[in-house]
Amino acid sequence: MNEKLLQLLIDSFWKILIAGIRVTIPLAMLSFLFALVIAVLVAVIQYANIKVLRPFIRFYIWIIRGTPLLVQLYVVFYGLPSIGIVLPAFPSAVFCLAVNEGAYMAESMRAALEAVPKGQLEAGYCVGMSYWQIMRRIILPQAFRTAFPSLSNSFISMIKSTSMASTITVTEMLRQTQIINGRVYQSFALYMEVGLVYLIFCTVLTWLQSYGEKKLSAYGGTR
Amino acid sequence: MIDVQNVTKSFGSFGALRGVSLHVDKGDVVAILGPSGSGKTTLLRCINYLEIADSGTMTFDGESFDMHSISKKDISRLRRKTAFVFQNYNLFLNKTVLQNVTEGLIIARKVPKEAAEKKAIAALEKVGMADRLDSFPSQLSGGQQQRVAIARALAADPEIIYFDEPTSALDPELIGEVLSVMRDLAKEGMTMLVVTHEMNFARNVSNKVIFMENGQVIESADSKTFFENPKEERTKLFIQTIQSGRE
Ligand SMILES: Nc1ncnc2c1ncn2[C@@H]1O[C@H](COP(=O)(O)OP(=O)(O)OP(=O)(O)O)[C@@H](O)[C@H]1O
Ligand SMILES: [Mg+2]
Repeated sequence: MNEKLLQLLIDSFWKILIAGIRVTIPLAMLSFLFALVIAVLVAVIQYANIKVLRPFIRFYIWIIRGTPLLVQLYVVFYGLPSIGIVLPAFPSAVFCLAVNEGAYMAESMRAALEAVPKGQLEAGYCVGMSYWQIMRRIILPQAFRTAFPSLSNSFISMIKSTSMASTITVTEMLRQTQIINGRVYQSFALYMEVGLVYLIFCTVLTWLQSYGEKKLSAYGGTR
Repeated sequence: MIDVQNVTKSFGSFGALRGVSLHVDKGDVVAILGPSGSGKTTLLRCINYLEIADSGTMTFDGESFDMHSISKKDISRLRRKTAFVFQNYNLFLNKTVLQNVTEGLIIARKVPKEAAEKKAIAALEKVGMADRLDSFPSQLSGGQQQRVAIARALAADPEIIYFDEPTSALDPELIGEVLSVMRDLAKEGMTMLVVTHEMNFARNVSNKVIFMENGQVIESADSKTFFENPKEERTKLFIQTIQSGRE
């Protein structure tokens, strides 16, 4: 490896990392947060069997499951303006990532809700609590604990999915790399490098995840 | 205090309760006995509206309710006067011992946190669990969990506590500690309606016994009469089987 290439890799590493910290991470975190809200709402609607809303939920999950994220991004960013709805690139990406991952996370949340023993609800009723009080204070916290591993997997997968936002002009890590590569034509080295940065991010998150799981099980038992 | 008339409840075409009536006075300890599947749990669940009966009337403190068409509001009003102890404890798994007892007080009854904790600790002392305030249910034995569940029931000062086989899920060596707590409650005059298989409890602690079979009350008497001088053939047979099974 010649010195010039090495220097290029070092310089670009910081540029990519900064794009990661400034764009990829906030994009993933924001999208994840909204996805979580969507997931909890959708899961609770299904669990509580709110009949009037169920067709909407089914429609939403059907659409998301059956279409690629990339196409969803194109529709929102390139398509919507032609019917008069113009969203900047970053919000478009947040919207699509959240709506997309939210559908999958809703399934984990629903499974986790259903894994909470039925007696928890009845015990809540018997001490005088209302359905929504029990939901908020007893059932959801237990479900979150159960869903923690799969929710953190979703976050890790979200980090990787943000790379798709490069296609709608969000200058996250991949697009930053493309921009650098456009000047220097070192595709192999640079794309390997950005891959490495993703790997570092995801590895750190995996560590955090197993730390979190240990922390949660410290309260004893498998819950 | 509580009078229940002609409760019926079917699951599909199966009649789990076929016209059950019972009466509980203040201070009564009523044992409900009967073979498995006779409808004891269903009866208790209907009385506390965890299950909605197909028909029946309840009079609670002089106020009458149709058990089928009772409103949600009345259900929650009635539940504030009652407490329920489950066979499998059903402690809130994400809450500590103390929180398990304060939860209903603080959230449902809007008792200030400090007052609630004071009350909870007093109740936990009564069941001998005040030294485990910060434990989670999963860190306790079955007997300890059931005692916490009883403290949770007590803390709200209920007019009556319903017990559904409170010792059936316990290892034999843990049954005693729970029964002794219940015996103490009985001595203090707590009104209790107890589904149980513990004949000693029914005979020595409760003052009334109701014997059920096939969704009906076969015999209902004060416990001395029930055991020493049962009227119904079926009851005699039941008592015999129980005693021969034990001796
Ligand atoms: N949710 C339900 N759906 C269908 N059948 C039910 C349901 N709950 C109870 N049953 C049936 O009703 C009958 C009475 O059940 P219940 O649980 O009240 O009996 P039990 O007297 O409490 O018996 P055990 O001593 O075994 O607890 C049983 O035959 C049971 O199978
Ligand atoms: Mg039962």
